[in-house]
Order: sequence, then C-alpha cells, then structure tokens
Amino acid sequence: MAAVRGSRSGAVKSAAGKTSGKSPAPVIPQLTWEQIRPAAVVLVSGTESFLADRAIRQLRDLLKLEDPSLEVTDIDAASYAPGELLTMASPSLFGEPRMIRVTSVEKCTDNFILEAIDYLAYPADDTYVVLRHGGGVRGKRLLDAVRAATGDVIEVVCTELKKDTERYDFAVAEFRAAGRRVSPGAVRALVSAFSDDLAELSSACNQLVADTSDEITEATVERYYAGRVETNAFAVADSAIAGRYGESLALLRHALATGADPVPMVAAFAMKLRTMAKVLGTRGGSGQLAGQLGLAPWQIDRARRDLQGWTGEGLGRSIQMLAETDENIKGGGRDPVYSLERMIATISARGEL
Amino acid sequence: MSVWDELTGQSEAIDVFRAAASGAAAPVDHTATHASTGSGAMTHSWLITGPPGSGRSNLAYAFAAALLCRNGGCGVCADCRQVAARTHPDLAVLSTDRVIISIEEVRTLVSSSQYSPSVSRYRVMVIEDADRMAERTSNVLLKALEEPPERTVWILCAPSEADLLPTVRSRVRSVRLRVPSATDVAGLLERRDGVEPQTAVRAAREAQSHIGMAHRLATNVDARQRRASTLSVALGIRSVPDAIMGAARLLELAKADAEAITEERDAEERESTLRSLGVEPGQAVPAALRSQVKTLEEDQKRRATRSLRDGIDRILVDLLSLYRDALLIQLGAGLELINVAIQGELDALAERTEPAETLAVMDAIAIARRRISHNVTPALSLEAMLITLTHSTNRKATP
Repeated sequence: MAAVRGSRSGAVKSAAGKTSGKSPAPVIPQLTWEQIRPAAVVLVSGTESFLADRAIRQLRDLLKLEDPSLEVTDIDAASYAPGELLTMASPSLFGEPRMIRVTSVEKCTDNFILEAIDYLAYPADDTYVVLRHGGGVRGKRLLDAVRAATGDVIEVVCTELKKDTERYDFAVAEFRAAGRRVSPGAVRALVSAFSDDLAELSSACNQLVADTSDEITEATVERYYAGRVETNAFAVADSAIAGRYGESLALLRHALATGADPVPMVAAFAMKLRTMAKVLGTRGGSGQLAGQLGLAPWQIDRARRDLQGWTGEGLGRSIQMLAETDENIKGGGRDPVYSLERMIATISARGEL
Repeated sequence: MSVWDELTGQSEAIDVFRAAASGAAAPVDHTATHASTGSGAMTHSWLITGPPGSGRSNLAYAFAAALLCRNGGCGVCADCRQVAARTHPDLAVLSTDRVIISIEEVRTLVSSSQYSPSVSRYRVMVIEDADRMAERTSNVLLKALEEPPERTVWILCAPSEADLLPTVRSRVRSVRLRVPSATDVAGLLERRDGVEPQTAVRAAREAQSHIGMAHRLATNVDARQRRASTLSVALGIRSVPDAIMGAARLLELAKADAEAITEERDAEERESTLRSLGVEPGQAVPAALRSQVKTLEEDQKRRATRSLRDGIDRILVDLLSLYRDALLIQLGAGLELINVAIQGELDALAERTEPAETLAVMDAIAIARRRISHNVTPALSLEAMLITLTHSTNRKATP
C-alpha cells in the first residue's frame, strides 16, 4: 500500500518536473494590464491590485461580448479543495465557454500547485483560467511552470506605479479611453492631488469625465479638487520646525482629516528633533560625522538647515513636550488633537514659549 | 529542616510557618479543640505579601515542602526535591508570564483542589501572582478558600494585601514579609552561591536587597558592568545632544540586559516545542506545523517586549538610587549609601547641584517610569528624563 502510494506521488513529481524541465527556454508573452487578451491560462501577477482587478474585469467583459453565455466561476486558492479546478474546467452539457478566476494564488495550498501544473499540460477547450498572484514567493514553482509553458499562456504584469510620470501616463490613458481631451497642466494637478492611491486617481478622472462636457483644463480640476492636499506627518513636522505655526496647524488638520493617526505623528516629530539634537553643536563635514552619529550625510545636512534659529534649551524643551504629548495621546489626556496642537505651538516657537 | 535555610531576613514570617507546619504534623484529632494542641497555628488558607524580591514564592514553596514532606521539610527527601522541581503530585501551582490569570485556569485549579491528596498528608495549592486576577476570577476562588476539603491548603502570594478583594482578604491568614537588610542578602549570597563577601555586600546593596537581582549582579560580570555604565552615562550628561546620545546608550544597555535573560530561554523553548511536534533538529518545519511554531515565536516576542520594559525599569531604579545617594550627601543625612563604589563621583555630583534639582531629577525619573508603563515610546521617555539632567547642570554653570 505504502509502496503504491509512494510510486504514484513519485510519478506526479516526475511529470511535473518534465513539464518545467523539458522546455525552459520559451518564455510566455508578458503584457501590460491594458493589453490583456483571452488565453487558455492568464497569469495576472504583481502587487497593484487595482490594476489587476481592472484587467480581469476587462477580460471578462471581452469574453462576455464574444459569447453572452459565458460561465464565470471563482476559486479561492488559499482554501482549495483537491479536484476543484478539474471539476470546474470539465466540459458541460451545452459546451458554453467558461472563465475560471483563481484568487490569492500567493497563498495557495500545495494541492493547488500540483493540480494547476497538471492542468497547464492539458488545458480544457473553451476555458479561460485566470491566476491572480499578488506577489511573494509562495507558489514560485507554479509561477515558473506557467512562465515556461508552451501552450496558449500569457502573463499580465501589474506592478505598482511608483513614479509620478507613470501615474501621469495612467491618467492620460484614462482620459483617452473616455475619448476626452485634457490639458497637460490639468493632468499634472490631478496627479499631485492624488499621489497615494491609484484607485482614487482613477475615480477622480472618471468623475471629471462624467461631470464635464468640453475639454478638461486646469481650471476644471481646480474647481473640483481645489484645496485638496495630500500631506503626511513629516510635512507637518517640517513646517512646524521651520517655525510656520499657522501653516503647520492647517497641515495637521489636513493630515488628521485624511486619516493620519496622532501616534505616528509624534513619532515623526521625535525622529526629526532627535536627529537635530544629535547634530547640534557638531563641527566638520557631514561625510565624516555620518559614521559617528549613525546618520546618512544628507540627514546631517538637512538637520543643519533645520537647526537655524534653534537653541539647545529650546530643543530640550520641545523634546520634553513630545514625551508629554505622547503620553497624552496614548490615554493620559482627554483630547489627542488638542495635545498635538499644543505640541505644534511649542515647537513652532522653537521651544521658547 | 533545611527548606527554610535559603530564606533570608524573614525570621518572623518563617517562625509563623514553622509553627504551622509542626502543628500540622501533629496527628489530626477531630475531638481536640484548637487551643489544646499546636494545631491552632495551622489554617487552610494563607496569603504571603511582601515587596518584589523578598522571596514570597520561595517562602510559599518552603512551606509547601514542609507540609508535603514526611520529615517536616528536610530538603533532601524525594518529596522536597519534587516540590523544588514543582512536580510533586499533591502540589498545584498557578503562575503566569502574562499580564493576567484567566478565569479558566482558576476554575481548573479549584476543581482539582477538591481531590484528596495522593501520596502526602496534604494537597497544596499555590497561586504565585494572586494580584493578577481580575475581580470575576477572584470570585471563583471564594468558596474554595473559605471551606476547602479537610486536607487542602491554599497559599496565595501578592505584593500587598490591597491587591486582593476584601472578600478574599477576609478568608485567608495573612503573613507579611519585609525588605531584607543588605547584610542578610549578602549573607545568603555567600552561603548559597559561594560569592566573595566583598562582592556579595556590594551586589546586595546595589540591588537594594532584591534577592534575585543581587544574585545576578553578584554572579554575572556583564550585568555588573552594564549597571556601572548606566550610572556613568547619567553622570556624563551636560547638554541636550549628550542626553539624546545617552538615551540611545541606555536603551542599548536595557536591550542587552533583557536579551541576556530571554535568549537562552527562547532557544530552549523552541527546541522543546519542535521536539514535542516531532520535528528532527535541522529538519525544515512542515507547513502544517508552521503556525504552532509561529505562535510560539509571537509569544516570545511579546515576552521580549515586556522584558525590555522591565530592563528599562531596572535601569531607572538604578538611576533613582544614584540620585537618592546624591540627595543623602547633600542633606548630610549620614545614612548608608547604595552606590558606595563610586562615592567620589557622587560627592562631586552633590557638590555641583542643589537638593531641589536632585529632587526634580528624581521626579523626572518617576515620570519616565510612569510613562513607560503607559506605553510611551521608551526612547522618548528616556530622552525627556535625561534632558532634565541638563537643566540642573546648565543652571549651575550660568548663575
């Protein structure tokens, strides 16, 4: 019994090894998200889930257009039951096309890897399997097998759009897809207002397309999204340390209103003031000091610029204020926002209050 | 009667328990009244209170050994050795690494207290951290404490009586421990661990009579060095940059101290978990078992956080002793100093600052301890505290 089981699993392994080992050279086409097209197996990889969802939706719409009787099924690879893929992919009575969307392949079970690799060798007719892999090393064996496959297999890569130029291109494509003219200045304004989340940028574009009828200009963007500032704890800290009381209070309110938490806010202040205190009273090139202080040279130069107008005592008082604020926002005081404002008042007066 | 030997400076409390144990050893006579024999010294529920490091749980186990041992606590027989290893069949122990004792744990303990003893004359139930029970949990105990079966004895340990509910307090006989004197602790270190008299006295004094801490300082060179560098960091602070660097250094020291304690224990625990899961050493952990190993690692990490916090607290207590000494010198109180080893530097510090400033620093240390217990970032609390030190030096420098 044990011998039989052992030999069977050995056979599966060697078969899997053969598919990946026999054809290492051919690489499947790698496309961007808007180039997605029907294929027997579509691997959608990358961390940007917004783009991945979109690509998969686009593929579904495409297939639905070709044949309205399309049958769509979802499989969660993380809780995969053996045999599921084969059951879903097997031909049905009326032979309608099937689309099988497999989510969270990055958390898949070992069974899924084995069965998916087997499926690659013999894909079913009129069946489109979409594998969504959200990044990570789990399931690497499956990914390698897919990328080395010989059949009708494509990979759609959805990496994060990190650079502003990439987001700019994305927004331009959005407007072009809607068939609308847009001025470059308007796109720039939009991209800088929505720098954090691609989904937000996309929905802002859609809003503008839906609400306006003529060319979208900077004025239009200004009318819809004026005063929207993406800010973070470090921007608030920079402005307070530079002594701009009013501006830093406004930024604080912006940051809190867009979901910043008071605790990391204090941590950001602490990090900046700590660096300044370390650099205070040092002489010599930043390159030399970097090793001694455990800071990067640019941090030292930055802290030196920040230190203008500050005294050691003021810095000391500000750091003590930070400790007090940290205690207050962690349950020592009643109103965290008041504590933060008081802290900003002290710091923007450079501790001389 | 050697189970009592390792207990230090608690002669009154030991006498109480010795009398109780010998009273309990007398054959039980149902017709006798309490006053007629020594059995009046024995009762079924005890509470041992005393400051940390005074040996509450050690005393509890010594008493347990005296009750369970055939010879009344000889310290060498199988019973005494089993109590020392916490494996005696008639001894139930409840202690915790976590913040509270859960109600389920207490319920199990209460139901097991109803069995009669299997090999000894008594069944002994010890709760080491009775102060870590929530009100609801304490209530589960009430019935069991008030009327345990004839042969069951409860021993609770807590820092003070006020940590327990009045309803619990009224059901137990309370025995208070005091802070042992430094000489007593030093004597114990010499006797038990064979430490040189000079080192023993110094360690006992620097640990402020905390027995466990004194043992560590006396036997571990690294721990001694870490303590010495803690004090020198504080003494060397003159300006705000010094304070920031000093705080980073103190954190490093606390981390090293905490790691030294937990590292060995973590590795041991991991090994025993893997063994009980059936994983060979060096073999990869199978996917199905990974979650268990991960839980263990998370627990250890949580413990490390607490341990780091304890380490910082130890450092702050050391600093407090430094400024206490400075204040004693400034006020000419003529009491014994804790940090005799650095008397020269202490004199200089006392000369340099005013008593009011020393008090302000001690306040700042107290605030830092409170902040750290309230979850404020340790670095920030330490920085704020050390900056207070610069105030006093600056004011003196520019009058």
